[in-house]
Amino acid sequence: MKAKHLRNRWLGLLPLSLIIFLSGCGQLEMTILDPKGPVSQMQYDLIVYAFWFMIGIIVVVFALFAYMLIKYRENRPGRKDKDYDPNLHGNTMIEIVWTVIPFIIVALLSIPTVTTNYALEKPPEPEAGEEVKEPLVIHATTADWKWFFSYPEQDIETVNYLHIPTDRPIEFRLTSADSMSALWIPALGGQKYNMAGMRTKLYLQADEEGIYDGRNSNFNGEGFAAQTFKVHAEGEDEFNAWVEEVSSEAPELTRERYNELLKPGLTDKETFSSTHLEYLQHHTNEDMGYVVEQYRDLFKEKLHLYEIEKQETWK
Amino acid sequence: MAAEELKTGPLEYRTQEGQMGIMGFWIFLGAEVVLFATLFATYAVLYGRTADAPVPGELFEPGIVLIMTFLLLTSSFTCGLAIHEMRRGSVKGLTIWMSITLALGLGFLGFEIYEFVHYAHLGATMQSSAFWSAFFTLAGTHGLHVTLGIGWAILLLIQIRKRGLTNVTSRKFFIISLYWHFLDVIWIFIFTSVYLIGMVL
Amino acid sequence: MHITDILVTGEPIIYGAMVSMVLVGIALLFLLTYFKKWGWLWREWLTTVDHKKIGVMYILSALLMLFRGGVDAMMMRVQLAFPDLGFLNSQHYNEIFTTHGTIMIIFMAMPFLIGLMNIIVPLQIGARDFAFPYLNALSFWSFFFGMALFNISFVIGGAPDAGWTSYTPLSGAAMSPGPGQNFYLMGLQLSGIGTLATGINLMVTILKMRAPGMKLFHMPIFTWSTLVTSFIIVFAFPILTVALALLTLDRIFGSQFFTLTGEGMPMMWANLFWMWGHPEVYIVILPAFGIFSEVIATFAKKRLFGYNVMVWSMIVIALLSFLVWVHHFFTMGAGAFVNSIFSISTMLIAVPTGVKIFNWLATLYKSKIEFTVPMMWSLAFIPSFILGGVTGVMLGMAAADYQFHNSYFLIAHFHYVLIAGTVFACFAGLTFWYPKMFGHKMNERIGKWAFWLFFFGFHVCFFPQYFLGLDGMPRRLFITNVAEWLPLNVISTVGAFGMGLGFMVFVYNVYYSFRYSERETTGDSWNGNGRTLEWATTTPVPYYNFATVPYVDEIDPYLRMKEEGKTTYEESELKPIHMPSYTAQPILFMALLGLASFGLVFEWMYVAIFGLIGGVIMMIVRSFDYDDGYYVPVDEIKRTEKKARGL
Repeated sequence: MKAKHLRNRWLGLLPLSLIIFLSGCGQLEMTILDPKGPVSQMQYDLIVYAFWFMIGIIVVVFALFAYMLIKYRENRPGRKDKDYDPNLHGNTMIEIVWTVIPFIIVALLSIPTVTTNYALEKPPEPEAGEEVKEPLVIHATTADWKWFFSYPEQDIETVNYLHIPTDRPIEFRLTSADSMSALWIPALGGQKYNMAGMRTKLYLQADEEGIYDGRNSNFNGEGFAAQTFKVHAEGEDEFNAWVEEVSSEAPELTRERYNELLKPGLTDKETFSSTHLEYLQHHTNEDMGYVVEQYRDLFKEKLHLYEIEKQETWK
Repeated sequence: MAAEELKTGPLEYRTQEGQMGIMGFWIFLGAEVVLFATLFATYAVLYGRTADAPVPGELFEPGIVLIMTFLLLTSSFTCGLAIHEMRRGSVKGLTIWMSITLALGLGFLGFEIYEFVHYAHLGATMQSSAFWSAFFTLAGTHGLHVTLGIGWAILLLIQIRKRGLTNVTSRKFFIISLYWHFLDVIWIFIFTSVYLIGMVL
Repeated sequence: MHITDILVTGEPIIYGAMVSMVLVGIALLFLLTYFKKWGWLWREWLTTVDHKKIGVMYILSALLMLFRGGVDAMMMRVQLAFPDLGFLNSQHYNEIFTTHGTIMIIFMAMPFLIGLMNIIVPLQIGARDFAFPYLNALSFWSFFFGMALFNISFVIGGAPDAGWTSYTPLSGAAMSPGPGQNFYLMGLQLSGIGTLATGINLMVTILKMRAPGMKLFHMPIFTWSTLVTSFIIVFAFPILTVALALLTLDRIFGSQFFTLTGEGMPMMWANLFWMWGHPEVYIVILPAFGIFSEVIATFAKKRLFGYNVMVWSMIVIALLSFLVWVHHFFTMGAGAFVNSIFSISTMLIAVPTGVKIFNWLATLYKSKIEFTVPMMWSLAFIPSFILGGVTGVMLGMAAADYQFHNSYFLIAHFHYVLIAGTVFACFAGLTFWYPKMFGHKMNERIGKWAFWLFFFGFHVCFFPQYFLGLDGMPRRLFITNVAEWLPLNVISTVGAFGMGLGFMVFVYNVYYSFRYSERETTGDSWNGNGRTLEWATTTPVPYYNFATVPYVDEIDPYLRMKEEGKTTYEESELKPIHMPSYTAQPILFMALLGLASFGLVFEWMYVAIFGLIGGVIMMIVRSFDYDDGYYVPVDEIKRTEKKARGL
């Protein structure tokens, strides 16, 4: 008897706890709910749009549920005979209603989903009054467990960090030298897979200057946790100055050096004034097996990467 | 589990056990269809990914595949005759036609083994590329099914010698005939979608 | 490989596990010998073909696996809440989340539900056993040896570490050498054979062995859910069989399906895996829906609302389940068109599911709700599952999924549906049918403690994970290395321990009830509220189930039987009952195949070939086996029934 009352009270608290959580997390400023570019903004808008429907569904179901439990528990004081109808087993009208309403909700969710799906496959449109900028092409290649960012236009390459200009679409061309991974910069937008023998395209753009977290989000073995990078989003002049500096000061990426870097393991940040694209095209059938063939024996070694704990993301 | 036995109809359908066994086997064949469909899909996806190995057009020979097809189609026909004899109550007819079926099946297998060895000599093995892995797995799975079918049928031929035609033995023969026809259908798909297309493209 | 090389060394936790396994093993051997129970174990259990005993063995194994998978989960939670402790290193963590996922889906959820189906479905349709009792025993032993093989991996040879999805190329021979991944492949393959056989067996049983007069649309809803699930099993499991076989060929025999060399295609694994894997999700959720429907109707003391709609919605869900697999990898870059199609098909599943939720709520309308433990699990399912369901729809929106994919948002979602759906149903179903299985109920008071601990633990554990996902924490991360993520992880760990405590109370309840619960005297254990035929039998259920099978021409037939004073023992209609004989073949057959699989894991081909030949011999033995059971004489039926009914 006591437990039953307890139950009803607690169930009433469920939606409340949801609200407490949401307000509590508002202070945490969750990355995905704090978009820093048009792509993550589109996804944020879609999520929020869907969220209201979901809250509506939750409220309706919870309310009905609480009503049934309270009104129709067997030993509620003041129960009447008409509160029990053991043979009630269907009502065509109401069944049609609660079949049609979910259909309508699905339709209402489908429309923005489909339009956003298509929008994500194109460079983000500039805001009204601003000029259309050609996307900056960056090849993002992963190897266990590091990131190579090649800027073919600028003829430079970075390892484990990324510089991008703000207010200009970035066209990432993703591929992998070995295991499957995914490029994810939550503040700028959702992820896509990097796969050896394949090339996928991902458009992102930063509207605000700043340093964002990026990572491989698709589990790919021991060093997975360490396969992160920082994204430095900066104004166009600053970006150009950085490119200038790299091209004049950084060493060239020799084939030997690149081979060395491809070995499974962790590496620090590095900068080069040429790209690996002239040696290897990991997205092609010819080169997809290159790393596996070169370093077959190295993949057998377990690394037990305790030093992952000392990464810079740890504050 | 019902013990009642019907007095009419085909022998294999007269008990509930017989009916259930046959129904269960039909469902199993449904699962087998999915299994082969997955292998066909795999083959289609990996089509053309031959890497350094020879391409199928260079290796596939119409002659040998036609002979294999002829053997297996004929065996399906003789298998049907065997069941026809069984329905007439003739153990002898059943045994003879089933033995011919097995001989034809063995012939098919012989050619298939020859074919595989031949391809291996020319540099196309299970290991040489994705395409050839898919080819050998698809055709090999069918071949393995034929092998199992032959072994199974031999066991049944021994049983029918010892026990004659009963509800149980007739059910077993009926089921293996379903299996054998099924393998024939699969082969027709392999013949058209693997060999014919492989030779043309 | 030398024998000392194959033992896993260097991990204190694993040493501890080894020692405790050896101790428990010795204790069991000692107890069996001391109480002279070996003969009993062999005659009554290991060689049984009785669906009820096989079901009990399924459930016991599943509970054991729930424990193992739960310990894995606790270890992960400790590591994530206390990252500075250095409790687990990356490699060890990877092994643990892999075994946790695989065990919970393949070796816990499915066998638990299959165990309940084993016991209940024949009773609900008035059958005396499965259509193929021998095959049923074979299925169980294939699952059992598959499970055993998978579970020894962490002490012998090393556990698999590429996730329960085992994506290639990571799980291929080049990047995951050694036996670990082979354990995954062979363990799943062996148990998968059994699952497929069970699917066929249940289909034939339900289609051909129903009580006279019982049409398909008279069947209890749990039987319906089993039938639909069996269809999914039969059409989904061959895909897994092929996928596992291809990867085995890759790893052991050097073929090039999923490799990076030889123009292989690693992405094909993800497709094949999820073409099975998504239907698999419904294999574990539809029976859960069936259980909830039974329990809610029983304790609401009211007919299930919209029976026909409930059945059709399950069929629609089953069909749709084959058309949504791409939503597991929207981010593979298949393009906007493909993603849109699969987004819509995914969201459409919400329609029949939503209809079911409303039907359950409508069943409660004008009912008399009695808060028993099974009912509490079932009621708690509704709001909890809604939270998992709506986030599932959000994940189904491809564009939004780019942000959710591979994050803790996803983790929270599927734990919400699988725990609030499947696990709650397992507890509900087990407590509900417990008196049928063991002749006494589980203690209600302790049961409520277990429920509340588990229920709150569950929400505290997984609700925060939605927000971790929104803050960009990826799944399968072995260390909480961003400071903002730590507080929510700590909360989550507290919840996980609540669930662990709930489970322990549940297990204690099994012991307590065995000692102290009142023994059942009637078959209709829940205050005479049983609605379907399983309650019409006596408790304990005689091995032949029904002395006489009643004529059925409606839903909830036992209600009318009670009104009219009919039972399953009509003395005038007694006839000898045909029953199958017990046999040792299934356990031997599967032990040999288990040995073959073990050989393949370590690539010891002689062992593998020896086991396979043994398996072929067992098939030949079976082919020549003409033992078609025995008849229970009328006198013995009378004796048994009179004793059970106290006549």
